[in-house]
Amino acid sequence: MKITIKRSDFEMIYEHSLKESPNEACGLIAGVDRRDGVREICKVYILTNTDHTSEHFTIDPHEQLNAVKDMRARALKPLGNWHSHPASPSRPSEEDKRLANDSSASYLILSLMEEENPVLNAFHIEKAEGEKTVRKEELIVI
Amino acid sequence: MKITIAGEKKEVADGITVAALIEQENVETPEYVTVSVNEEFIDKGSFDSHALNEGDEVEFLYFMGGGRL
Repeated sequence: MKITIKRSDFEMIYEHSLKESPNEACGLIAGVDRRDGVREICKVYILTNTDHTSEHFTIDPHEQLNAVKDMRARALKPLGNWHSHPASPSRPSEEDKRLANDSSASYLILSLMEEENPVLNAFHIEKAEGEKTVRKEELIVI
Repeated sequence: MKITIAGEKKEVADGITVAALIEQENVETPEYVTVSVNEEFIDKGSFDSHALNEGDEVEFLYFMGGGRL
């Protein structure tokens, strides 16, 4: 699947993740699944990591609820979430895979291993025959 | 009775519990779902006993988390 994100949203994620580093930062993405098969991120939500650690993230459920209602008011679809890996690569960890329970979601991971060269990738994670399978999506910054 | 589920008005059985609604709505991986009713989060331990009322607003939210390892 192709998925697009605005450069300004990419930069917002990057700047917030830098500010939160060494802790992980997180949030939600919302947008539309277009008829041409492209998933378009129209809005990025910066939410609180209630774990406040460099090794885990949990999105604040109260903020999540408010964000979901805001998406609905804007006629946007919840598309998934994003989080940062301050010191590890932009790919789902075992815990990320275990806790990825929405097979329709896109999971964006921003790596800050090289702070000046952030790497953002999008993944689709689903359970098949008891195992979680990961597929990288084609993320385009527009 | 009528309640609102994820912004959509639906007809459900009178006094349906949160647990029964989760089953009826075919919620994927319910063990990772948080439920709010009228913006209040319901304890997982109360899903079986929490009966819904006419006009309630229900949201199903997936736990969103992960880690480095």
